[in-house]
This record gives sequence, structure tokens and C-alpha cells, in this order.
Amino acid sequence: MIDLINLFIKAVFVENLALTFFLGMCTFLAVSKQIGTALGLGIAVVVVQSLTIPINNLIYQFLIRDGALAWAGLSEMSLSFLGLISYISVIAAVVQVLEMFLDRYVPSLYNSLGIFLPLITVNCAILGGCLFMVERDYTFSESVTYGVGSGVGWALAIVAMAGVREKLKYSDIPAGLQGLGVAFITAGLMALGFMAFSGIQL
Amino acid sequence: MSYEHRKIMFDPIVDNNPVILQVLGICSALAVTSKLSTTITMCIALTVVTALSNAAISVIRNQIPSSIRIIVQMTIISSLVIVTDQFIKAYAFTISKDLSVFVGLIITNCIVMGRAEAYAMKHPPLPSFLDGLGNGLGYSALLLVVGTVRELLGSGSLFGYPILLLERDGGWYVPNGLLLLPPSAFFLIGMIIWVVRSWKPAQVEEPEYRIYHAPRPEVAS
Repeated sequence: MIDLINLFIKAVFVENLALTFFLGMCTFLAVSKQIGTALGLGIAVVVVQSLTIPINNLIYQFLIRDGALAWAGLSEMSLSFLGLISYISVIAAVVQVLEMFLDRYVPSLYNSLGIFLPLITVNCAILGGCLFMVERDYTFSESVTYGVGSGVGWALAIVAMAGVREKLKYSDIPAGLQGLGVAFITAGLMALGFMAFSGIQL
Repeated sequence: MSYEHRKIMFDPIVDNNPVILQVLGICSALAVTSKLSTTITMCIALTVVTALSNAAISVIRNQIPSSIRIIVQMTIISSLVIVTDQFIKAYAFTISKDLSVFVGLIITNCIVMGRAEAYAMKHPPLPSFLDGLGNGLGYSALLLVVGTVRELLGSGSLFGYPILLLERDGGWYVPNGLLLLPPSAFFLIGMIIWVVRSWKPAQVEEPEYRIYHAPRPEVAS
């Protein structure tokens, strides 16, 4: 249990997907102008991340890894080269199903997340999370923890960034840095701040 | 090569750079630039994938139903990335270890998707191919600048060969450790944006709020 809590804290702070691995940066910079929308996108990422990483973990364990097809009597076969295309298809499918499910049963949430859901398919934080899960060979329970943790970490980062940028728009910035330039520098300073978490363990 | 084609290919390098103007493909621009050898591998991989996927999508653009176009594009792009990934693993194994997940992440690199959606779906194959090539080169140009600065000033070498003699080896240069840390890439790209926008003022964004200088109130003496 303590291992899982440790992994969760590591996924949220120490290995924050947005600020230590710079994944999902495009959406991170484009959708962080207001706290409200940033929070909506953050929640959507948490949900999708905590669904796709465990599902991809099952696919990896039982279909794709070397010798995973032993249960079907094909222990010599390795489908590892099909990894990328399966993970991205699972992500696209989960996003699509989630969209239809929310539309049918939770229309209020669907309306508030509306435009962000399809965007999430091409958010590199999701695919990046899946690839890290594969690279580090997580078990199923670890992958659930990592999925929730990395999603929460990303949401935390984008909300914090939106808070900074809401204040920043009132400041007097040199013309060339206006907008994107200063967003980059802010993100850099936040990433430096997050480096202070490195090495924390329970 | 006609003027039109040259314009399609060279426009994205400075005038319409994918990273600093269209805000596409930033993730990998930050994470792979601490060494020049990984940077250049990533640039070649991305340029090849963007050019070929643009060409392939453009060839079948009239057959793709618009409701499932994202999935079709994804399938084409991820097949190309798998080939690239296997190629790098076969011929440059140590670099592929350094790049870890970032070759796979070309699939979700917004440059590839963005150009497929914005350009290849509407134009014939040859211009689409050149557009992909040009955007790949624009991305590469930025990454190479960042990669050169980070490796040269961060560890005093280029491609692993020492250029500035380090102090610990009896030379004079004290390396700047900050440049080896990932956040430095943010600062460098921010600075590059500043330089490019000072050079081409048309790219400057309008501020949301202007600071209003109130006239000085008259003080009765």
C-alpha cells in the first residue's frame, strides 16, 4: 500500500507530466488563459488518463509484450511493434465512448467539457502516460495509481498556470514577449519550482 | 521548383514557424534538446513523418469521410511513426534509449496532426508533401538552435566532442548547469520568440489590456 501512495505522490509532484516531462504542452499553453476552462480540461484529462492507462496496461500485459500470448499457445510470438497503434486507438476509442456516455447520462458535465473532450485524443500527456507505463513495466494496480496520479498532476499544473496568467495579463510586458513569449518564461519558472519536489519519498 | 513551391516549403522556417507562431509541437521541443545528437535524430524523424503523412493523407483526401477523418489520419501517422521507431531502434540504439518515449510521441505531436488537418486535407499531394517538409524544417531549425546553445554552454561540447575546455579537465570554461535542466529550454524558446518578433514586428501579439497613463492631476498651489 505504501508503495502505491509513494507512486501517487511521485506521479503528481516529482514526475509531473506537464512540468518535468513537458507533455501536453500545446494544450497547456493554449488553454491556460482562464482558471475555469483550465479546470474543465484538467478534470477531463484526469478521467481519460485514469481510464486509458489501466486499459492499455491490460492490453500490454495480455496481448502485446514479449511472450504475452502464451495463454493462446503462441508463446514465441511478439506483437510489441503494434504497441503504438494499439495505444492510440484505445485512447481515441475511450474518448469517443466517454463522450457518448456523458452526453447520454451526465449532460451537464458533457456541456461544460464539450469542446475539450475530442482535443484530448491528441494530447501527448495521455499517450506519454501510456508509454511511460509500458517503459516502466507497471502492474495493474500500479497502473491505476499512476493513471490517476499523473492526471491529477497535469490538472494541478494547468490550473496553477492559468492562475498565474490571469494576473499576468494586467502587467506591462515588452512587445516582443507579449502572449506566447511570456507564457514560455512563466512555464519555465514554474518548472524550476517543481524541481524542488525531486527526491521526495515517503 | 516553381516560386509557389519554394514559398510553401520555406515559409514555415521563419515567417510562419510551427513552434513559435502556430504553437504546435512544443512538448518534444523541450525534452530532447539537451544533446545535439538526440536533437538531430528527433528532427529528422519528425520531418520525415510530417512530409510522408501529409503526402499520404493528401492522396486519399477525397476518399476520407469527414466524420472519421481523425481516426484515419491517426492510423496513417502511427503506422509511419512505428516504421520510424523501428528504424531508429535498429540503426541508432543508444540514441533511441535517450529519446525514450519521445519518438512514439510524434504520433500526438501537434505539427503532424495540425498540418494534416489544416493543409493536406485540402491540397494535392506535391504541395502537401512540401508543406510537411517545410514545417518539419521549421521545427528542426528552432530545435537545432536550442540544442546547440544547450549543449555548447551546458556541457561545453557539440555532438559529444569538447569545444570549450572544461575547468575540471584543466581548461577555462565553467559549464552552466542550468542549461542541462529541462526548464532552460522554456527560457531559450521564450528568448528566441522575443528575438524573432523584434525582427518581424508583424508577429507581435496584441496585449489584452493596455496600461492607461492617467494625466497628472492639477495640484492647486
